[in-house]
Amino acid sequence: MSDLNQNTLSQIANLIKTKKISSLEVTKFFIKNIEKAKKLNSFITTCFEKSLKNAKNFDSKKNYNGLLPGIPLAVKDLFCTKNIKTTAGSKILENFTPSYESSVTNNLWSEGAIILGKLNCDEFAMGSSNETSYFGNAINPIGKNLVPGGSSGGSASALAANLTPATIGTDTGGSIRQPASFTGTVGLKPTYGLCSRWGIVAFASSLDQAGPMTKNVEDCALLLEAMSGYDPKDSTSINKKKEQYSKNLNENVKGLKIGIPKEYRIDNMPKEIDNIWNKGIDILKKSGATIVDISLPHTNYALPTYYIVAPAEASSNLARYDGVKYGYRSKKGKNLIEMYENTRGEGFGREVKRRVLIGTYVLSSGYYDAYYLKAQKVRKLIKNDFDESFKKVDAILTPSTPSSAFKFGEKTNDPISMYLNDIFTVPVNLAGIPAISIPGGLDSKGYPMGLQLIAKALDEQTILNIALTMEKAINFKNSIDRWWEK
Amino acid sequence: MENDKFNYFIKTEKNNWEVIIGLEVHAQVVSDSKLFSGSSTKFGGKPNTQVSLVDSAFPGMLPVINEYCIEQAVKTGLGLNAKINLDSIFDRKNYFYADLPAGYQISQYKNPIVGEGEINLDMPYGSKKIGIERLHLEQDAGKSIHDLSPDNTYVDLNRSGVALMEIVSKPDLRSPEEVNSYIKKLRSIMRYLGTCDGNMQEGSLRADVNVSVRIKGETKFGTRCEIKNVNSIKFMEMAIDSEAKRQVELLESGKSIDQETRLFDTKKKETRSMRLKEEAHDYRYFPDPDLLPLKIEKSFVENLKKKLPELPDQKKDRYIKKFNLSPYEANVLVSEIDVSKFFEEVIKTSDIKLAKNWIIVELFAVLNEKNIEIKKSPVTPKNLAILINQISSGNISGKIAKEVFDIMVKTGSSADKIIEDKGLKQQSNPEEIKKIIKKVLDKHSEKVSEYKSGKVKLFGFFIGEVMKISAGKANPKLVNEILKTELKK
Amino acid sequence: MSIDKNQVKKVAKLSRISLDDKNLESLSNDLASILKFVEQLNKLDTNNVKPLNSIVDKSLEPRKDKVNDGKIKEEILKNSPDKNEDFFVVPKVVE
Repeated sequence: MSDLNQNTLSQIANLIKTKKISSLEVTKFFIKNIEKAKKLNSFITTCFEKSLKNAKNFDSKKNYNGLLPGIPLAVKDLFCTKNIKTTAGSKILENFTPSYESSVTNNLWSEGAIILGKLNCDEFAMGSSNETSYFGNAINPIGKNLVPGGSSGGSASALAANLTPATIGTDTGGSIRQPASFTGTVGLKPTYGLCSRWGIVAFASSLDQAGPMTKNVEDCALLLEAMSGYDPKDSTSINKKKEQYSKNLNENVKGLKIGIPKEYRIDNMPKEIDNIWNKGIDILKKSGATIVDISLPHTNYALPTYYIVAPAEASSNLARYDGVKYGYRSKKGKNLIEMYENTRGEGFGREVKRRVLIGTYVLSSGYYDAYYLKAQKVRKLIKNDFDESFKKVDAILTPSTPSSAFKFGEKTNDPISMYLNDIFTVPVNLAGIPAISIPGGLDSKGYPMGLQLIAKALDEQTILNIALTMEKAINFKNSIDRWWEK
Repeated sequence: MENDKFNYFIKTEKNNWEVIIGLEVHAQVVSDSKLFSGSSTKFGGKPNTQVSLVDSAFPGMLPVINEYCIEQAVKTGLGLNAKINLDSIFDRKNYFYADLPAGYQISQYKNPIVGEGEINLDMPYGSKKIGIERLHLEQDAGKSIHDLSPDNTYVDLNRSGVALMEIVSKPDLRSPEEVNSYIKKLRSIMRYLGTCDGNMQEGSLRADVNVSVRIKGETKFGTRCEIKNVNSIKFMEMAIDSEAKRQVELLESGKSIDQETRLFDTKKKETRSMRLKEEAHDYRYFPDPDLLPLKIEKSFVENLKKKLPELPDQKKDRYIKKFNLSPYEANVLVSEIDVSKFFEEVIKTSDIKLAKNWIIVELFAVLNEKNIEIKKSPVTPKNLAILINQISSGNISGKIAKEVFDIMVKTGSSADKIIEDKGLKQQSNPEEIKKIIKKVLDKHSEKVSEYKSGKVKLFGFFIGEVMKISAGKANPKLVNEILKTELKK
Repeated sequence: MSIDKNQVKKVAKLSRISLDDKNLESLSNDLASILKFVEQLNKLDTNNVKPLNSIVDKSLEPRKDKVNDGKIKEEILKNSPDKNEDFFVVPKVVE
């Protein structure tokens, strides 16, 4: 069997389509990789029996019409999967097995993909390091003591370690792009409404968006095409024809105008990040794009806005975890109210509690106008900034994160320093527009650092094309020695 | 008449107190499926069989709005002469309760689908307009059952997510009678529109009542108390009366009213405090991010307006003008859509004047006695029309008609058949009647002499005898005429 | 505006989350610093700004009034930590 560690999703799809390899062989290969990678703790649940059964089933039917023929995939444990435990990284859902399949994962299986298991993530996707998961940290394959980023940390970890040929995550404030940046992989947060939220455990409904995490841009286009699409079950889903991102993928960026926002040059940003950003600018210039200096004046207010809006929505979204219909219920408590309080007190981790409490506070009477309403106004200003900029430019280039991967425990005691990690990714969620993170290079420690490309709503194709061009020029190589297999 | 003047005041030695009442009515929208899910809204299903993953708030489930519920709300708004808001927003009302699976209720807070409107009441002291503050759409909660187990509460989510319209009145009501009239009028309008079936026993119409009192002549409102979920008009009237008196007593003894939520105890016939903790009221409303703002097209509203059925007030006007009914009669016939349907069915084939009298007097007496709705009347509109035609054509007398009607009520059979079977048809053959009259006059020859000598009062006696012999079937008019002729001979 | 322990207690009550004294203390500190962080927004004058009430530029798309869901009692009750044949079962609600 060939060494599939060197192959991308698109390549494996071709190998299967051209019958060079069977789905069962591919599936067995990734199962073996997963079994050797327990140390990474990327998975919360595996379902190999089902994977092997589905692979055999695929091989016997040989339907190559789908975009993901017979491809085994692991997904973030925030997507509800039928008859497979779905935990959202939380104790409160430790034993929850949905009877339904999320629309996005359903799209993947309809395109021929096969489920490998469920990937670790921050509890209810609240975190930037995967350290809030009830099931322990997922580890960054780049280094034993490095966080993989979050909240889609298990996804990034599994992808970088090649435990799955590609994966999907969710991005509420950077949860796809930041871990992609920390692991030297590609991650895209689509336009709000492009991928259905139906069946995804909700964190902050107006910000949550599922997206692809892949080894390269070509895979990213393929997976985005497979997972996206209108869903009448999600009222916020955009009703439009499915795009053919793969077919339309090209390297022509000549004449495109790329904005460089001055507000993203923040104080104390490592010089290395600046260098990588400048390198990216040079590449675009050389490829025939025009660089335009732009201003997104309310950038500094994005994080404070986010940390009002997201917790507010979360405090309401998480009210359903009350020990009545599903999930954990505390044995303590004489009456209903005490049962609620103990269930939620014992079932939620510290970061979730923090955000639920903040969210409850900013919505409570007397504070609503000062916090929540204010934040919705500033959110409008932030969106306006982008709207104005996209009158002048086709895309915006920024760093993905203000630092490379940090060590476990480094930021756990100070929530604000943890939150600051999302400073470049959050504005995009607030504006509901798409952005992709691609590897920009390595810092002096040998850790990857990502570059982010932002487009106007529904213009994923433009940033995919620019990303493809940059990817070729950067020619990034992750240095991963598969230490966990030793 | 002095009695017809408004006179509901709480009178004490010191003061005359005016009672100020506002109503929040929760009306279940008539629809097949729920407001945000495709489960059934039918009443009385087995527990938890009309529940979807959305209604039970499973992780990742999302609401999708039912277009018919929007239409129903707009129609109701139009029926209340209210402003339809083309832009409205759904909010989350957050609180924890066993029968509220998501931990929030989807409702409308600052931007309801319907704004200000009004309802016209016909009170004995004249017509009175009651302002409508707003109407909004929201979800119903499930049901907590406390009496099936000593230690536990059982939860049934069948009602969870059923569409409700909350209709808030202005504080324009001033007496239990006005409240009674308001609820009935509102219910009548919604039944005409087919937007709410108004069934209070099944909980499709519930109301929270806001009550405050002030000394007559005062213009400022007093502190109000909210009486929750009173489920019959009778209890509502009692609750208002007892609550108003409680407030007056408190105020006259120098105490103040706490703004609070109270429950009506139907056994003790008084209200009591629910003793809610202060935090319980912080609902943390915010726009539901799972739903976008609801935009309604102007043309959609215009179309509904065109298709709006005739409503009680319009129908009443028409009855008065076209059928020459008194305002009272018209009111009685239009207040329930089923009554007006019955009436209109009857007069399709029979006389209007007779029809209205028979319905208002005879039929209503039977329905009241049996405590049944007109829809379940043992006498169908068709049968009543047949009976009325028998009267108009002179086949039976009014007296016989009552007999026939009683049998119709008991057996449900048609007037024709009863008249035929029992031989009740009026005797209108002059020859036959003459024969009977001759028989009577022969039998009572000495009375004939008395009559002829001036004792004309005996005319009634002869008529009575004729009717006796004919078993009441002789046509009275003919008897009268022929008798006169015969006595002259 | 800053938040004190009593307010955190109140918010915890509203959120139905039990907190022991140790957690109350440390969470109060966290919340205070987070609130201080988000209060940066006060530097902005937003008097003439309309709040964003939807990030998607479209109106609600309604569905038809069709009964096509429900009748899944077992599925609904299956995951409940306490149920019987027909109902979810919860500790007695004290009014």
